[in-house]
Amino acid sequence: MSLEILDQFHDPALCRSVLDRLCATLTGPLRFMEVCGTHTVAIFRSGLRSLLPKEIVHLSGPGCPVCVTHEAEINAFLDLAEKPGVIIATFGDLMRVPGSRGRTLKAAQADGARVSVVYSPPDAIKLAAENPDAKVVFLGVGFETTAPGVAASLMMAKAQGVSNYRVLSFHKLVPPALEALLADADPAPGQGIDAFIMPGHVSAIIGVEPYRVVGERYGKAAAVAGFEPLDILQALLFLAECQRDGTPKVANLYRRVVRDEGNAKARAVMAQAFTSADALWRGIGLIPGSGLEIAPEFAAFDAKRDFAIEIKDCPPLPGCKCGEVLKGRLAPNLCPLFGKACTPAKPVGPCMVSTEGSCAAYYKYQVD
Amino acid sequence: MSDKVLLDYGSGGKASQRLIGELFLKNFDNPELRRMNDGAVLSLPGKIAVSTDTFTVDPIFFPGGDIGRLSVHGTVNDVAMMGAVPRYLTCGFLIEEGLPMELLTSVVESLGAAAREAGVWVVTGDTKVVPKGAADKLFINTTGIGEVIVDPAPAGDRATAGDAILISGTLGDHGLAILSTRQGLAFETPVLSDCASLNHAIEALLRGLPDVHVLRDPTRGGLATTLNEIAIASNVTCEIVEDLIPVRPEVRGGCSLLGLDPLYLANEGKFICIVPEAQAEAALTIMRADPLCTGATRIGTVMAPEKAGQTGRVVLKTGLGGKRLLGMLEGEQLPRIC
Repeated sequence: MSLEILDQFHDPALCRSVLDRLCATLTGPLRFMEVCGTHTVAIFRSGLRSLLPKEIVHLSGPGCPVCVTHEAEINAFLDLAEKPGVIIATFGDLMRVPGSRGRTLKAAQADGARVSVVYSPPDAIKLAAENPDAKVVFLGVGFETTAPGVAASLMMAKAQGVSNYRVLSFHKLVPPALEALLADADPAPGQGIDAFIMPGHVSAIIGVEPYRVVGERYGKAAAVAGFEPLDILQALLFLAECQRDGTPKVANLYRRVVRDEGNAKARAVMAQAFTSADALWRGIGLIPGSGLEIAPEFAAFDAKRDFAIEIKDCPPLPGCKCGEVLKGRLAPNLCPLFGKACTPAKPVGPCMVSTEGSCAAYYKYQVD
Repeated sequence: MSDKVLLDYGSGGKASQRLIGELFLKNFDNPELRRMNDGAVLSLPGKIAVSTDTFTVDPIFFPGGDIGRLSVHGTVNDVAMMGAVPRYLTCGFLIEEGLPMELLTSVVESLGAAAREAGVWVVTGDTKVVPKGAADKLFINTTGIGEVIVDPAPAGDRATAGDAILISGTLGDHGLAILSTRQGLAFETPVLSDCASLNHAIEALLRGLPDVHVLRDPTRGGLATTLNEIAIASNVTCEIVEDLIPVRPEVRGGCSLLGLDPLYLANEGKFICIVPEAQAEAALTIMRADPLCTGATRIGTVMAPEKAGQTGRVVLKTGLGGKRLLGMLEGEQLPRIC
């Protein structure tokens, strides 16, 4: 899509007119959660947050892949980075994520670990082909958006016989997490979530169907939205209309990218290379069926099997309220550690770690 | 000379002498260097400004420049930002054994040409050759010496509430040129580094306007980081307007593809200029008269801190009319997961 077309999606006059309609539609407080970290950042970066009427309460959900990667998983890949004969291939986000004892991939690299930032899994396969003396382990962190590409890389490695390529799969799935969030006992009246903005990229893969339950069983409205300010405003207008009319609808408002049925081909690739499994979410805990393990057919490329990696739950960080923040129960700046013991330079909890984390976004962008 | 740089070339013996004579002297020639002393004897009237910088860049040749040019531009610009006219450079080469002589020659020729354009003399230097693997190809250190021509000189702590914030041209060109070359990405419209010596533009500005408060080149960390440094040093709020910040469409596009923010990308041929409101238009007129600054424009205003005791900060007014903080980066920008 050309950038000129995208320009219209942050046209100030258009945005202002939707904002005016939104204000006119509101009948009371609207507490909305955006599930995806890219939305979180978009809402802050565009300055939209500072323009929304005070009735709209903005909560950030568990949709930042780095944030929800469990401490035990982080320690597992940091341990792996220290092993001789291993090259870690990773997206840049994970480089600064701290594990126990303040370790990071960046620090490991300075200590001599072989760590390579890649833009895509095929880059990691190339790296493996160029380094036959080492095992190249790609860190599979991310949601349904990232998983199909990693699945395809497993197939590519198998087809090309790149026998030293491994994937450490810590992939997570959005619908089970959403369901866990909704099924959690409702907090005090007026403190729950009224409506959702669903992730644009994830929805491009899974489609709209998995969200139906949000409206049907839990009575909350939901909109799949793009990442430009106008996309987000239109989604908020839709959610406000649903609230006013008492009709908790689920709609796809990102049709220029997301088809209602999603991307069946990508899902088929995922289904071939992965099987679903229980997964630990940082700040939240175990969510049944919310992770992806490498299927037996690709066992030879599975870093967990090869290095006998087991992920076990460990106690949460003392004082850290990230679990509450990820569930939309606490605003980041109300955590006692926020901006004091916990800053982007020295993050305590997951939400401060990633650039897409809600605490980091709050710290970085919030003017007041 | 051999076709590769050998350890002998840094030994101080005959091989070193040949390298100096046939390569460095030939390209940097000036009366002071020709004396071939261990150092240089210089004199300048009044206050002098000194700045040093070490240059490592991968790749060594990039679209729009190379490490040789960069070593001149970077240091000349740092000296100029102190309110000075750069006059002399020293130049140290740290070379990895086995570097193709042809490559070294191109870099030295390029450095010599950039020094002549900037009107500075390379007056003394040093060459070290280290064993293969002990350094990555070629590092260059330059130190610049200049004559301060205004008093008080511009400084990072002189931004004052009410001042206008000006920028000399588009942002992010150098950073994106380097990163896209490293990633092997080609754009429809090639993105070139903006690397250039700004000393002539700065001299015209300083001679034309008596009271420039701040001059700074937003190199590593980009506009956002440099403005934060100024805001903190001056204890003010710098408010800039997103829609006024010049970024080339191809740089904007490349950044959105790579998940980068042009406001944090390095520039090597741009400067921030902060002047009293009443002098803003005059400053822009002088800047735009220089071929390197035709795109000079105002991007914001310096404000008093909103609250007592608040540390300096940068606030961005977004295209939508909202406001958000524009903070400093923790480290380098890294590509994201999705």
